[in-house]
Amino acid sequence: MSALEQIQRQIQWNRLIAVVEEQAQVMIRTAFSTTVREAGDLSAGVFDLEGRMLAQAVTGTPGHVNSMAESVGHFLAKFPAAGMKPGDHYITNDPWLGTGHLHDLTVVTPAFHNGKIVGLFANTAHIIDIGGLGMGPDGRSVFEEGLYIPIVKCFDQGKPNETFFDFIRVGSRTPVELEGDIYSLCACNDAGAKRLAEMLEEYKLDGLGDLAEYIFDASITATRAAINAVPRGTYVAEIHSDGYEAPVALHAALTVREDEVVVDFTGTSGLSSRGINVPPAYCRAYSCFGIKCVVAPEIPNNWASLLPFRMEIPEGCILNAPRPYPVSVRHIVGQLLPDLMMGCLAQAVPGRVNAEGSSCLWNPPLRGGSQVSGQNAEVDDFEIITFNSGGTGARPMKDGMDGIAFPSGVRTMPVEATENVAPVIFWRKELRPDSAGHGRTRGGFGQIMEIGTKGNAEFAVNAIFDRVANAPKGRFGGGEGAGGLVLLDDANGIALRSKGFQVIPKGRHLVLHLPGGGGMGAPTERDPALVRQDVEDGLISAETAKAVYGR
Amino acid sequence: MSETTAADSRARIAADIGGTFTDVAVEKGGQRWTAKVLTTPRAPELGVLEGVKVALARAGLTPADIAVMIHGTTLATNAIIERKGAPTGFITTEGFRDVLALGNESRYDQYDLNIEIPKPLVRRRHRVTVTERLDNTGQVLRPLDEAQVAAAARFLREEGMQAIAIGFLHGFVNPAHEKRAAEIVREVWPEAPISISSEVSPEMREWERFSTTVANAYVQPLMAGYLARLREGLNEMGLTAPVFMMLSGGGLTTIETASRFPIRLVESGPAGGAIFSAFVARQKGWEKVLSFDMGGTTAKVCLIDEFTPQASRVFEVARIGRFQKGSGMPLRIPVIEMVEIGAGGGSLAKIDAMGRIQVGPESAGSDPGPACYGRGGDKPAVTDANLLLGRYDPATFAGGNLALHPEPAAAAMAEHVGRGLKLEAPMAALGVVEMVDENMANAARVHAIESGKTYEGRAVVAFGGGGPVHGYRVCEKIGVNRMLVPSGAGVGSAIGFLRAPVAYEVVRSLYQRFASFDRAAVNGLLGDMSAEASRVVANGSFGAETTEHRIAYMRYVGQGHEIAVVMPARDLSEQDVIDLRAAYDTEYARFYDRPVPGSDVEIMSFAVTVSTLVDEAEPVAEPEAAPAPKPIRHQQVRDTASGEVRDWAIYARDEMAPGAKVHGPAIIAEDETSTLVGPGWTCAVDGLGYLELVKEG
Repeated sequence: MSALEQIQRQIQWNRLIAVVEEQAQVMIRTAFSTTVREAGDLSAGVFDLEGRMLAQAVTGTPGHVNSMAESVGHFLAKFPAAGMKPGDHYITNDPWLGTGHLHDLTVVTPAFHNGKIVGLFANTAHIIDIGGLGMGPDGRSVFEEGLYIPIVKCFDQGKPNETFFDFIRVGSRTPVELEGDIYSLCACNDAGAKRLAEMLEEYKLDGLGDLAEYIFDASITATRAAINAVPRGTYVAEIHSDGYEAPVALHAALTVREDEVVVDFTGTSGLSSRGINVPPAYCRAYSCFGIKCVVAPEIPNNWASLLPFRMEIPEGCILNAPRPYPVSVRHIVGQLLPDLMMGCLAQAVPGRVNAEGSSCLWNPPLRGGSQVSGQNAEVDDFEIITFNSGGTGARPMKDGMDGIAFPSGVRTMPVEATENVAPVIFWRKELRPDSAGHGRTRGGFGQIMEIGTKGNAEFAVNAIFDRVANAPKGRFGGGEGAGGLVLLDDANGIALRSKGFQVIPKGRHLVLHLPGGGGMGAPTERDPALVRQDVEDGLISAETAKAVYGR
Repeated sequence: MSETTAADSRARIAADIGGTFTDVAVEKGGQRWTAKVLTTPRAPELGVLEGVKVALARAGLTPADIAVMIHGTTLATNAIIERKGAPTGFITTEGFRDVLALGNESRYDQYDLNIEIPKPLVRRRHRVTVTERLDNTGQVLRPLDEAQVAAAARFLREEGMQAIAIGFLHGFVNPAHEKRAAEIVREVWPEAPISISSEVSPEMREWERFSTTVANAYVQPLMAGYLARLREGLNEMGLTAPVFMMLSGGGLTTIETASRFPIRLVESGPAGGAIFSAFVARQKGWEKVLSFDMGGTTAKVCLIDEFTPQASRVFEVARIGRFQKGSGMPLRIPVIEMVEIGAGGGSLAKIDAMGRIQVGPESAGSDPGPACYGRGGDKPAVTDANLLLGRYDPATFAGGNLALHPEPAAAAMAEHVGRGLKLEAPMAALGVVEMVDENMANAARVHAIESGKTYEGRAVVAFGGGGPVHGYRVCEKIGVNRMLVPSGAGVGSAIGFLRAPVAYEVVRSLYQRFASFDRAAVNGLLGDMSAEASRVVANGSFGAETTEHRIAYMRYVGQGHEIAVVMPARDLSEQDVIDLRAAYDTEYARFYDRPVPGSDVEIMSFAVTVSTLVDEAEPVAEPEAAPAPKPIRHQQVRDTASGEVRDWAIYARDEMAPGAKVHGPAIIAEDETSTLVGPGWTCAVDGLGYLELVKEG
């Protein structure tokens, strides 16, 4: 390979990353679901004809990214590349062939150049409603959780599959958004395919073969070098989720050996009868994300850079849910995995991990109107979800972040926008004082949210909250963050269940206390000026400052 | 330098305060004189006054000859970045004390565990809540507790605050509570400068609105003081003409309005650059242009359609992660939309963990500068790479004022880029330039997508020290085959100020669906907005003819991103409403191939802009063909697309007359920059003295 070709390969790699970023931006601009356009719960990527991911958009959320990377192979198994035509688009929401629950649509589109198929574009987006029980943990099988779309063609050479769209339109509480989103997902893949063809033309390439090998080589070499910089050994950790019917223990033995990291989940609790089970692809996604953040954060995601991270997930454990176990809110358990990985890695590279954080999103899915109150409904039917987070864990040199999503990569919506699309009133949404775990660096603060409806009408929450009974732990002498609370009205309010569908009666409010992140290091080592500042800002009490920090 | 502009016997002067230099331009009777003086950060008015003196002396004019002065400055931006504004207190709705701290609850970098989230300009102690609550229609859910407001004002004064911001949830729909709260604060504390969200940024989305309101309060005392001192200084020197301030959105306003809403000035310098490009586009009659300004540390691109720079209503200031979206504070104000990329002559190159060349965003700055400056810099910068490719003459760079040293450049390039890739310094340099060009092209492409635009049929206007050097290759990468290098680009922003109309934009949210369109309410609102904008403009237009533009920001019900659709500037008739709905479909189809069947359309907000008419550019005749210019010498230059080394002809720009034409590969050298005419390109000097490059085939 000439020096010029060597440089051009690098340029083409950069171009591919820009192409998938354009793909993601088109999705955000055209999507209908707030989950995509406001929250950014999506991902986008380009694949070779063997289903190996070459590049993935920087915009997006980790749970989708790595699981979508596995998904394209399933599409190719059913619809071989040789039979694909320009203008075809394929879709599924199969939790075991896609990204782990029915609310995520994955669309795959072939890309052509000079009449020949050269690659595939894929994307995933979390849509607002797919029928069934709605986003919540109450289902006892995937069949209750919504409309199940096998891998099918939604556009055939540019023509919509009307039978498919007929099913879609009648199966969702929000049919316009759902149909609009599918159009958006196809349009964004088209944009990527068009740009890819332009690049191949510019560099007079027939396909992606050589470029793929170069990307994979460079990525695996860099990833292995990063792994080999971590002390070898087996590191064991455990973390607990509140579970649904019983607490859940996640157990990991993480082994760092030459060129690879292997995680064995033996010892993890068994399956739940409710929708908190995790399909294996989603377990691999968040475990891998957690390790990668610590070990190799700068290396772009692709098939090769994910390859050296292997997960051994025993059958029958909650992280390896088989069909048709319910999986709707798999994030409740899955989003604890990065904390679990850091629990292992804290023993190997203590200066590079965080304390445990709130971790799981605290999204309240809210529903009101006739589907809650029947003929007595006082408000129009609504179905809405906002994306909210507690505090993140303390970091070795910095405090945790207040009310910020981690590991999820989503954003929240403005209260004013939410109140414009549904008859809800957020009476309170602010930081939760005294919720951060103490330490040399402290955790991030959680928040308090108080929610009602216009006219104080009856409504319902499909609770999917965790870390109520199992607060985020600190590390190296740091204190625990405050556990979460789910209450009916504030101040000595009645505790609600942390999971499942519950009606908030007329005149009452739903009150959520989101967890704070764990602290790191001994509190007495904390800079006194920072302690004083937190007291002045009303974030910790003067008593705490004295009792815990000795100030 | 002269250039034909609208005939005007009165002299006009413009001053742009940048980070390093303050630029001044004077125009009279079609002639222009300029001055560049050092910015004086402690008392910026001194630099301006000095620059004005120098420029006037060059023009042979006196301060009394000036009919109008136009001014832009980065002071407000710097105050926010450096946290040097006034201690500010914020009074807000009970239950929402931490809107500024919580932001959108997200991380701007997914994999970096150590990111820093921007700290609010007002710390929590000074964010005070009071009982009150409105719903989304402006109905009162909880009345305002006036005693709490008075107590809050007293507390904030005792705490030493010097400015007050007030922002209530849904306050933009019904400003009654905010206005009443301001009255109460004024009763308790008469001299307090007060900013309220329903005046500063009356649009939906509480984080952005509050952030803007607080930032306005934060910079207000500083800006008001500066503007008063400047006015005084100008008066003392005898320059008593009215002074207009350049707004981020591209219009001009009076000092009085600017003192009330200084946050609208934040991006005025770059806005001047974009207006300069837009004026050049108008002179050429080019309807689709990309303005490409590449300097020492960053490159800025701006899309200009129909001679109007792309507008936006939200801007991020003080980004922590350099150039990372989401790492700054949002400001919701009318602003010229620009993308800033960490790519300039000083951007440093290195090899990343994957063995890839990475350029920027770290920059060598001016001290020590790139390795070739010979001031001790030992890391390779883009300027070093350009030198090693043979694009600069070491002896005549920057008009011969800065001798370049190839040896340290080659050593730095070999050490930090070449070694890891097993490449000699010249090929490593090629890699660095290709990578920085690719980065700029990628950013420009993604920006077009975000804006729903394309590069088909577009031309590039290149300026800044690096724009003409890198322009042709960036053009090739984004599929553009026409590029212009205007003259006077060194003080482009100041010249742009002189082309800006007196204009003011008012934006208001009023949610409408076509299925239930309330024509009376919409017409009432638009009428009020028009009156407000006209009032502001009348203060500075001295009876000049004005024009009004109205825009509706529309989307399919449920979608998240609006498209701007032009409306007639009159009370809407029933037919107008039908036409507006149809205009949306046309616009949407233009951006995205697939229209969405069966969806209703909603309007999120309206914008009304009143402005004086922009000077019409006079048509310029095609020059007669001039004899082919003679190269001043030849130079061995390596082409970045093919890697080939060939003799490139070097021409001096000041020896090229209108009508002169050269074929690439060639370089046209001038003091401030060099224009590269790549292989396959030709360059002709047009009737204005601008260099017009065209790629053949």
